[in-house]
Amino acid sequence: MKTTLGDFNPLAIAFFLLFVVSSLGITYWAAKRTKNTEQFYTAGGNISGFQNGLALAGDFMSAASFLGIAGLVALNGFDGLIYSIGFLVGWPIVMFLIAEPLRNLGKYTFADVVAFRLQQTPVRVAAAIGTLAVVSFYLIAQMVGAGNLISLLFGLPYELAVMIVGGVMLAYVIFGGMIATTWVQIIKAVLLLGGTILLAIMVLSKFGFNPLALFDAASAKYGAPVLAPGKQVANPLDAISLGMSLMFGTAGLPHILMRFYTVRDAKAARNSVMYATVLIGFFYLLTFILGFGAMVLVGQDDIKKIDAGGNMAAPLLAEVLGGDAFLGFIAAVSFATILAVVAGLTLSGAAALSHDLWVNVVRHGYANESEQLKVARAATMLLGVLAIILGIVFKGQNVAYMVGLAFAIAASANFPALLLSMLWRRFTTNGAVASMVVGTLSSLLLIYLSPTIQIDLLKQANAIFPLKNPGLVTIPLSFLVGIVVSLLSTEQLAADKFAEVEQRIQIGSEG
Amino acid sequence: MNEREKAIASLTAERWRIALQLTAAMMFIYFGFILLIAFNRSLMGSLVLPGLSLGILLGALVIVAAWVLIYIYVRWANNNYDERIAKLLKR
Repeated sequence: MKTTLGDFNPLAIAFFLLFVVSSLGITYWAAKRTKNTEQFYTAGGNISGFQNGLALAGDFMSAASFLGIAGLVALNGFDGLIYSIGFLVGWPIVMFLIAEPLRNLGKYTFADVVAFRLQQTPVRVAAAIGTLAVVSFYLIAQMVGAGNLISLLFGLPYELAVMIVGGVMLAYVIFGGMIATTWVQIIKAVLLLGGTILLAIMVLSKFGFNPLALFDAASAKYGAPVLAPGKQVANPLDAISLGMSLMFGTAGLPHILMRFYTVRDAKAARNSVMYATVLIGFFYLLTFILGFGAMVLVGQDDIKKIDAGGNMAAPLLAEVLGGDAFLGFIAAVSFATILAVVAGLTLSGAAALSHDLWVNVVRHGYANESEQLKVARAATMLLGVLAIILGIVFKGQNVAYMVGLAFAIAASANFPALLLSMLWRRFTTNGAVASMVVGTLSSLLLIYLSPTIQIDLLKQANAIFPLKNPGLVTIPLSFLVGIVVSLLSTEQLAADKFAEVEQRIQIGSEG
Repeated sequence: MNEREKAIASLTAERWRIALQLTAAMMFIYFGFILLIAFNRSLMGSLVLPGLSLGILLGALVIVAAWVLIYIYVRWANNNYDERIAKLLKR
C-alpha cells in the first residue's frame, strides 16, 4: 500500500494543536486553583470516583498499550494478547489489596503508608529510590515512544519531538499540578477510547460485525498459528516471569497509586478502580480487533516496512479505513496519550523528591506551604529535563520491553513493602528498607545480566541470567527479605502502632 | 482491648480474608492461563469455532473473570462492609 505516514500531514498537526491549545487552556484554569501543596499533589481530593476512574485509565493506557500491543498482535497474532491480558489483571489486585487502605493511610505518596508506623527517614529514602527507578524506566519508554511516533507521524526530527513532549508536559504539571494532569488524562482517555471504538467498528464492518470472521480471515491469510501461542513465549519460565511482573507491577506503580489520593474517601477510591477496570478491560478487548484488523487489512509486510517493531500498525489501519483525516486524528490521539502518561509520571516522581525526600527527610516534616510548593515545582522541572535527556540518550530502545521492566521494578521494589506494612504487625523498619532496596537493586542487576542486555545490546555470547524479565526471582526475593529481616529483630513501637493502622484502614482519619 | 477495638480488629480480619481470597482466585485464573500457554500450546491453538482458538476464548474470559471478581468485591463492600463501618463510626 501507499501511505502518507511520515509526510507532512496538516490535518494531524491541526488535531494535535487543537489538543495542545485546549489542554493548555485547562492548565491556565487549573493554575488559578493550585494554591497549596494539597491541590498541587491531589487536586484537593475533590475528584469524583468516576472522574478518577477515567483519569486512572488515561494514566495507565500508555502508547505502549495502544501502539505497541496493536503492533505485537498484528505481527505475532496471539502472543501480543498475552500483554493485553497481563496489563489488565493487575487491576483486581490493586482493588482488593491496595486502593482503599492506601487512600485511608496516606496523604501524597505510597511512602506515607509504609512509613506510617515505621521510622520516617530510612523508609522514605528507600521508597524514593524505588519510585525514581520505576519512574525513570517508565519515562524512558514513553519519551522514546513519543520521539519515534512524532518523527514518523509528523515528519519532525526525533530530538525536537522529545523536547516538545517534555516542554508541554512541564507546562501542565508545573502550573496546573494534579488538577491539570487529571483533566488532561480524562480527555485523553475519552479520545483514546473513542478513537479505538471507531477503529474497531470500521474494522468489524468489513467482516459482517463478527470478530470470528476477522480472526478466521487472519488465519486464512497468515496460517492457523497466528491464533495460537508462538515464538514470543517459547520459554515457559519467561512467560511466567513476565506474567508475575505485569500482575503485581500495577500495584506498585507510583503514578497510579498517587491517583487514589485525589478522591474524597475509600468508597470513591473503590468506585474509581471499578470504572477504570471496566474501561481498560474493554479497551484491551478492542486491541484484539485492532491488531488482527491491521494484520488482515494493512498486511504484515506493509506494517514492517514502516516500523520493524510494528508500532505503526494502528495508525496505518486508520489510514486504510478512513484516509488522511482519520490518520491525523489517531496520530494526535497517540500524542495526547503519551503527554498524559508522562505528566502523571513526572508528578509522582516530583512528589517522591519533594514530599518524601525534602520535606520529610531533610526538613523532618517541618516546611511551610510556600516552601513545599516551590520545592515541588523545582523537582518537577528537574524531572522534566531528566525525561528529555533520557529520551534522547535511549533513542532506539524497544518501548514495550522498557515498560515491562518498569513493571518488574515496581512489583519488586514497591509492592511487597507496601502490602506487608498494611497487613503484618511484625513488619519492621529494617524489613521494609531491606525489601525495597533489595527489590530495586536485584531487579536492576538481573535486567543488566539478562539476555536482552548481554546478548542483544552488548553482543556477548551468552547471558548469566536466562530470563528476559526478572519478576519470577525478584518479587518472591523481595517478600522473603522483608519477612526474614523483620523476624530478626522486634520493633515495639511499630507493633504497638499497628492497631492504629487497622483502625485507619477501615475508617480513615475520622475515627 | 475495648469493644470498639475488637470490632475494628474483626472487621479488618474479615476484609483481608475476602481480599486475599479474591486475589488468590485472580492469580489462579491468570496463572492457569499462562501455564497453559507455556506448557500446552497445541491445546491453546485448537479451534473451538472457525476463527476462534481456545487461547483467544480463554484470554477474553480472563478479562471477563477480572470484571466478575471486581463486581463480587464491590457488591460485598457496598452492601456489607460500608454499613459495618458506619455502625463503628456511630459508636
